[in-house]
Amino acid sequence: MRRSIVSGVLALAALGMGTVAIAASDEPELKEQHWHFKGPFGTYDRAAAQRGFQVYKEVCSACHSLNLLSYRNLEQLGLNEAQVKGIAAEFQVPDIGDDGSAIERPARPSDHFKKPFPNELAAAAANGGKAPPDLSVIIKARSGGPDYVYSLLTGYVPFDQLKPEQIKEFHVTKDDNFNLYYPGHRIAMPPPLADGKVQYVDGTKNTLDQQVRDVVEFLAWASEPHLEERNRTGIRVILFLLALSGLMYAVKRQVWADQH
Amino acid sequence: MASQHGAPPVFNNKVVAWIDHRLPIFSYLEKEYHTFPTPRNFNYFWNFGAIATVMLVLMIVTGIVLAMNYTPNSELAFDSVERIMRDVPSGWLIRYMHMTGASFFFAAVYVHIFRGLYYGSYKAPRELLWMLGVVILLLMMATAFLGYVLPWGQMSFWGATVITNLFSAIPVVGDSIVTWLWGGFAVDNPTLNRFFALHYLLPFIIVAVVALHVVALHVHGSNNPLGIDPKGPQDTVPFHPYYTMKDGFGLTVFLIIYAAFVFFAPNSLGEPVNYVQANPLVTPNEIVPEWYLLPFYAILRSIPDKLGGVIAMFGSIALLFVLPWLDTSRVRSCTFRPIYKWFVFVLVIDVLVLGYCGAHPPEGGFVIASRLATIYYFFHFLVLLPILGKIERPLPLPPSIADAVLKKKAV
Repeated sequence: MRRSIVSGVLALAALGMGTVAIAASDEPELKEQHWHFKGPFGTYDRAAAQRGFQVYKEVCSACHSLNLLSYRNLEQLGLNEAQVKGIAAEFQVPDIGDDGSAIERPARPSDHFKKPFPNELAAAAANGGKAPPDLSVIIKARSGGPDYVYSLLTGYVPFDQLKPEQIKEFHVTKDDNFNLYYPGHRIAMPPPLADGKVQYVDGTKNTLDQQVRDVVEFLAWASEPHLEERNRTGIRVILFLLALSGLMYAVKRQVWADQH
Repeated sequence: MASQHGAPPVFNNKVVAWIDHRLPIFSYLEKEYHTFPTPRNFNYFWNFGAIATVMLVLMIVTGIVLAMNYTPNSELAFDSVERIMRDVPSGWLIRYMHMTGASFFFAAVYVHIFRGLYYGSYKAPRELLWMLGVVILLLMMATAFLGYVLPWGQMSFWGATVITNLFSAIPVVGDSIVTWLWGGFAVDNPTLNRFFALHYLLPFIIVAVVALHVVALHVHGSNNPLGIDPKGPQDTVPFHPYYTMKDGFGLTVFLIIYAAFVFFAPNSLGEPVNYVQANPLVTPNEIVPEWYLLPFYAILRSIPDKLGGVIAMFGSIALLFVLPWLDTSRVRSCTFRPIYKWFVFVLVIDVLVLGYCGAHPPEGGFVIASRLATIYYFFHFLVLLPILGKIERPLPLPPSIADAVLKKKAV
């Protein structure tokens, strides 16, 4: 039995190594936040995610697409069918009419989120040569996940507050945006959010921190829309397996009793 | 061993008897999985063969369902995987089971291999059994690599580029081989198409080799922690129910850990950058394989010459084929090998160091560490193992399994 524990530890160490190795780096430590969706019992804070959607709609969506989401998905955040219809109808999306001509019509809940640019080339051309990344899975696509995106969005340092050695080391000019957490520190995106930028309809105080936390909650949901179902299922599966392994152990002992 | 059974089984069910008279599958199952005499002294390390088999089946079943919903086209692959995650009913579960399942399949197989190393399961008369196992490991690595390319993320694309480029190190024909592998002049849609076809094919070849592995196992039966042959019925128990129940218990414990990863940390074993769609114009900061291939990746990079690195990497696995002849000791189990016992653990640490180095960019201390670890890896198999067998004085072996088991009980 002791041997098998050792083997388990070894196997886990081997498993852990990949992740530990990647976490180590010389970037500044991320601002670790408490997230509503963390841990095996995590769920999305619906109100925060709805506010986050408002932040995305009013600010981020000017440049960043959310290609993998459809308006109908918003119902998962607690909006009702009529509200989703209303939100979709605010957008004009390209389609092909009955006579085969290119038309624009109001979006329906089944449509994907409207892209800010018709294609990647247009997005790159309008943004200094590089298309802003799609945000559909951004929380899963960055190491550090929600903490990274939170740190990035709150990690801008104005040029006049930079230390001379930072300016020198990273070749920062007055026109650059300096971000503590972005690899290489010079980021094309100007600070997108600031205190008071978005007027919340639910009256929540619109500090920078609040807006960033809300939009991260929304983007986390966008990246992993089935997280709550996954957690619920996981707890049931593990409880079942625990009971089953207890049963198996009892049966095994019973079977082996005549051999000991 | 297999011929030691008594009279052939009699089946009361007429249909079963009718079939068995013409196609003896029931007799076979009875003989190989019920009455099959198995050493009575297995520890929990002996669970991992059964666990690996279950993982193989689980990978094939989830893989077939994924293939029903996946599109092997470079323009559509990434989104089709996300569609599985979002819109296919329980698609997220199937994909996370498959993704995490690859890691746990390898974990189980690595423990299984360690078991073989520590208890000398590769020694006569089980050399072919062991070699078939090495073939399975190679096929698993190929399958895992091919599968990792399919979601067409950044690491998929660049991993495929790096690994296929290894073949360009072959003198004269290398570049032609790479073009042939790619189906073009770069990793592109034709590459993805053939990788998908091969990823679907190889698991069934693995099943075939596993079948041979099991056939070879059942000729002389399993090795055991003492490494001595069973001498009679007092040393063995029937496979069922004794080991079916013990394997069942070990399996459920393994599945608990597996489920914890599937449901609560499904992305912790993967690279975040693979959630960025493949872009041939942007190279990720670091190109690293999944954890289970890292030690071999470190060996590849530790040699300053490309061809040399490729030879060392394949050589590190090829060595395992001749392991039965490199080990000159006639004692199987490390329980009775007072010196070699420790070197097995040193080898495990060495492989872990290699894995750790493989995850880091080859700079500074990591270069030195991975070179030293690579040298030690080959030193272990090529020098230490043959010499140690000659100079080590093994402890006295117990007269029989039953004897050793009963003595231990008495203490």
